[in-house]
Amino acid sequence: MAERRDELKETTRSGPGRMLIAVYGIFAVAATARSAVQIGTRFDQAPLAYVLSAFAAVVYVVATAALAGVVSRRVAYLACGVELAGVLVVGAASLVFADAFPDATVWSDFGGGYGFVPLVLPVLGLLWLRHTGRRPPS
Amino acid sequence: MIQVLATALTVVALVAALWSLVLVITDRPITLATKPTLGLAAVVVLLEVGLLVQAVVATVNVLGVDRGEMNLATFFGYLVAVVAVLPVGAFWALGDRSRWGAGVLAVACLSVPVMILRLDQIWATHG
Repeated sequence: MAERRDELKETTRSGPGRMLIAVYGIFAVAATARSAVQIGTRFDQAPLAYVLSAFAAVVYVVATAALAGVVSRRVAYLACGVELAGVLVVGAASLVFADAFPDATVWSDFGGGYGFVPLVLPVLGLLWLRHTGRRPPS
Repeated sequence: MIQVLATALTVVALVAALWSLVLVITDRPITLATKPTLGLAAVVVLLEVGLLVQAVVATVNVLGVDRGEMNLATFFGYLVAVVAVLPVGAFWALGDRSRWGAGVLAVACLSVPVMILRLDQIWATHG
């Protein structure tokens, strides 16, 4: 059982998975650094947006680690799911309640400020997890 | 910032990204044993050297001007990140001896023009 699990982790971080992790890694670093600067220098300007930025950063870090096999695939599913929900909810909220977001988060406008990569990424992540989970053990 | 260098680095990064994508599409793993992959490695090394030069020059320049409203922390953050992304990306790319290693390199190379653009935007806010 443990062998099967390690094999699955290996499959998850190989091939297209490796490219996916590269994109996740860049977003993890970018979101973490950005949110650290925002909270460290001007938190009172847009507290809600900056707290959401920090939350997004944590989700990206966890998703990167989980996809790379540091923690379980279940955590990867959870992180990608939370990420998709986050980008949809925050994206919609940033349009409907624009006043509450004086500064943008990664997920504002459904990730439009980042070429909509934040919207596509969790979908690709979930599809990849499903795809690798289906493959019979070799 | 030196505008000419920033533009040149953007072009070289896009060439490297395109080259990596061609390797992905034609299914040529990065083995460093064939001419196309060695050529790509040379371009990536050249790009990294250029990015290091940019980091030094930009640091010297930014300390010598009136910073005005410029966000220094973010500026240095991008300056360091853009230098770090290629070595880390290359390491992660070489760990997978399938076509997808080149895909990782393409992602890393594509992040370079984005960060240079952000550096330019921040630089433009100096006094």
